Amino acid sequence: MKVKEILTGKEGGKLFLLGNEAAVRGALESGVSLVSTYPGTPSSEIGNVFYKIANDAGVYFEFSSNEKVALEVSAAAAASGLRSFVFMKHVGLNVAADSFMSTVYTGVKGGMIVLSADDPSMYSSQNEQDNRIMARLAGIPLLEPSNPQEVKDFMKYGFELSEKYEIPVLMRTTTRVSHMRGVVELGQVVKGKEKGFFKKNQQQYVVVPAYVIKLRKKLIEKLDRIKEDANHSSLNKAIDKGGKSLGIITSGGAYNYVTDVVSENDLKVKILKLAFTHPFPEKPVLEFINNVDNILVVEEVEPVMENEVLAIIGKYNIRKKVYGKLDGTLPRIYEFNPDIISKGMAKIIDKPFIKREIMSTDLSLPIRPPVLCPGCPHRGTYFALKKAIKKMKIKEEDVIYSSDIGCYALALQSPYKMADYCISMGSSLGIGCGFAKSTDQKVISFIGDSTFFHAGMAGLVNAVHNKVNLLLVILDNRITGMTGGQTNPGTPLDGMGNPAPEVSIEGIVQGAGAEFVKTVDPFDLKETEKVFKEALQCEGVRVVITKHPCAMLTDAQNRRKGINIEYTVNQEKCIKCLICVKDFTCPAIYIKKDGSVNINPLLCDGCGVCVQVCPKKAIEVKK
Amino acid sequence: MKNIYKIQLIGVGGQGTIKASTIIGEAAMKKGLNVVMSELHGMAQRGGTVITEFKIGDADSPLIEEGAADLMIAFEPSEALRAINKVNKNSFVIVNSSPIIPFTVSLGISEYPELSSIFKELKTKIKHLFIIDAQKIAKEAGNIISENMVLLGAAIATPGFPVSKELIIQSMKENLPPKSLEINLGAFEKGYFRIKNN
Repeated sequence: MKVKEILTGKEGGKLFLLGNEAAVRGALESGVSLVSTYPGTPSSEIGNVFYKIANDAGVYFEFSSNEKVALEVSAAAAASGLRSFVFMKHVGLNVAADSFMSTVYTGVKGGMIVLSADDPSMYSSQNEQDNRIMARLAGIPLLEPSNPQEVKDFMKYGFELSEKYEIPVLMRTTTRVSHMRGVVELGQVVKGKEKGFFKKNQQQYVVVPAYVIKLRKKLIEKLDRIKEDANHSSLNKAIDKGGKSLGIITSGGAYNYVTDVVSENDLKVKILKLAFTHPFPEKPVLEFINNVDNILVVEEVEPVMENEVLAIIGKYNIRKKVYGKLDGTLPRIYEFNPDIISKGMAKIIDKPFIKREIMSTDLSLPIRPPVLCPGCPHRGTYFALKKAIKKMKIKEEDVIYSSDIGCYALALQSPYKMADYCISMGSSLGIGCGFAKSTDQKVISFIGDSTFFHAGMAGLVNAVHNKVNLLLVILDNRITGMTGGQTNPGTPLDGMGNPAPEVSIEGIVQGAGAEFVKTVDPFDLKETEKVFKEALQCEGVRVVITKHPCAMLTDAQNRRKGINIEYTVNQEKCIKCLICVKDFTCPAIYIKKDGSVNINPLLCDGCGVCVQVCPKKAIEVKK
Repeated sequence: MKNIYKIQLIGVGGQGTIKASTIIGEAAMKKGLNVVMSELHGMAQRGGTVITEFKIGDADSPLIEEGAADLMIAFEPSEALRAINKVNKNSFVIVNSSPIIPFTVSLGISEYPELSSIFKELKTKIKHLFIIDAQKIAKEAGNIISENMVLLGAAIATPGFPVSKELIIQSMKENLPPKSLEINLGAFEKGYFRIKNN
């Protein structure tokens, strides 16, 4: 499939779509006009598709500088009567939370969908928060699709619901729904309105106490009415597999595991698949509970529905057993899979389950942690800094490395070990300020270009104003790297691939008042080391910008131009000092069983920085 | 029991496992079958183990139960053992014999087992095991990057594979850049006949 088919695919046709791609199609079939995001796994592919098709689709799309801005951009569009769609990873909703909460109060005119892609088991995230709880905190209607077809269909449902009650709608996916591919039957693409009109209404859109006190009441009344929609929604379905001794209530990706386990083991149970889950659909749940002997709740991650079910049971004084996370039938944390569900169900269903012999190995397998790619400019930055610190005889325990969210956090591994504290987007600066004031240790903060625009600037201003003693390294690889290479305010292209002004990091840093500001190319190891030494000898806020494009960008350019340079080790010159392997650690360089150092041609990106590292000039271009 | 064919793919970031998976999935869809597939992107991909798993037929969840895979394609020898819990002694298992040694081995923080012991263990556990040098075959076809297509060709030649060769080729044409199609098709055919003539 070509990406553009997500736009051009005909009504009634079928595509094999990722959940994230299905979200795009759903938005297009709903006549969306404006889309905004800040990239974050597992939601990133939604933006990657819009980047490629927004111009042709006549949709405005932007990679906003952070999730809060993205949410605000979409909120204003919806207030102007356009349909808007904003999406982010689960922790992105924390960044957006302030405006998110208020937008639910003020409401919308055009439909607005906020998609949160949660990450059970934290495949690429710093926490496992369940944003179904955010829905309850904000008082926003919540939809939970289970597969790509539902992601697409629920977009349409969500926009209609949003417009009916003039309230944004939250769609919660999980990694296994966002990154699941399935067959999706297409509907018709509808062209959205080009421009809206904002009809002023201060009492609705200005959240001063005098107005908001009324908005709060209005929201609760709205939610009461929306609950009736949830109670009668076609999205919530009862499935009867015979028998009434056990009723399973489930939602989202967890539903898929339940049905596979039920059909494989031919279990006679009833299933209630919930998808419109906030306000909680009490009516169908109560009916379901009344028709079964006991209840099992299967959901990822928090026992959110389980608590709702327990509340209903308490409210109606029903005496039935509720199994789930709270009683230990199912694990309390991490994502589920069919085996986990089988194991849980086997505890409460009196029937033999299919058992398979499970093989294992006694051999010790190599560890493959995520690494900085071959050709990654960050490697040069860390190598040069490490060398500068060593040469200046600064002890490692006397330096605190305050890192941030992005590829460069991978320097936490050996041999660099240059990440001691890292908690959230932009935290390297605030945390750095705190350490500088609390200890006599040297503080070095690392942040990427996109993360700097996202949440680093406020921390920098804080550091300058409060006279913090800190070295800030801005690793500017000209792209938002870790999420797959999206544009950001520092790149010359906008979210639709159109030319855009590059916002100068150097200009911002100088404007903030940092006295020491130098930009260096980290592929030039000698010069980079020299600049770091200089910076380490000064006091105050010092900023070193290490600027070189991400290897993903340069690799793609080289491929297009047909440039294919590979390096190889001249075994006659190599003295096996292993600096390239143990200190530089490019994943393309490895030691063979015979002890010789070699370069894997499949992995080598041809950057040639290893040539500077080798004391014997043994690394050469492969002819 | 319903008729579901379960495929596990495992490899290392950059080997083209997801591309090979998508080609199989779209081909199955063309045949009118239901397909659900799980892939992981992002941080999990950077030089790490990449797993895709899918079910073709009447299934809702793409995740394969332990010991239930009908077919496993391992793009790297040690990765075949990493996913050994997903297969059983009757599964068809295709293993690329070229190892990718991670930097953790060079740094001495993890070990890479002797290739011979990996293959020995696989042979004792798996009845239908095919170890092929996909890198060498891809090189013969014109480009080592088409390793994934060699393995794809090998996979579809195994008995019981639910989609025809013709549909896979059609799906390849729709998913691969026209420039490299010829080399990829050549690699695919070499992989296919490597198993068919076995």
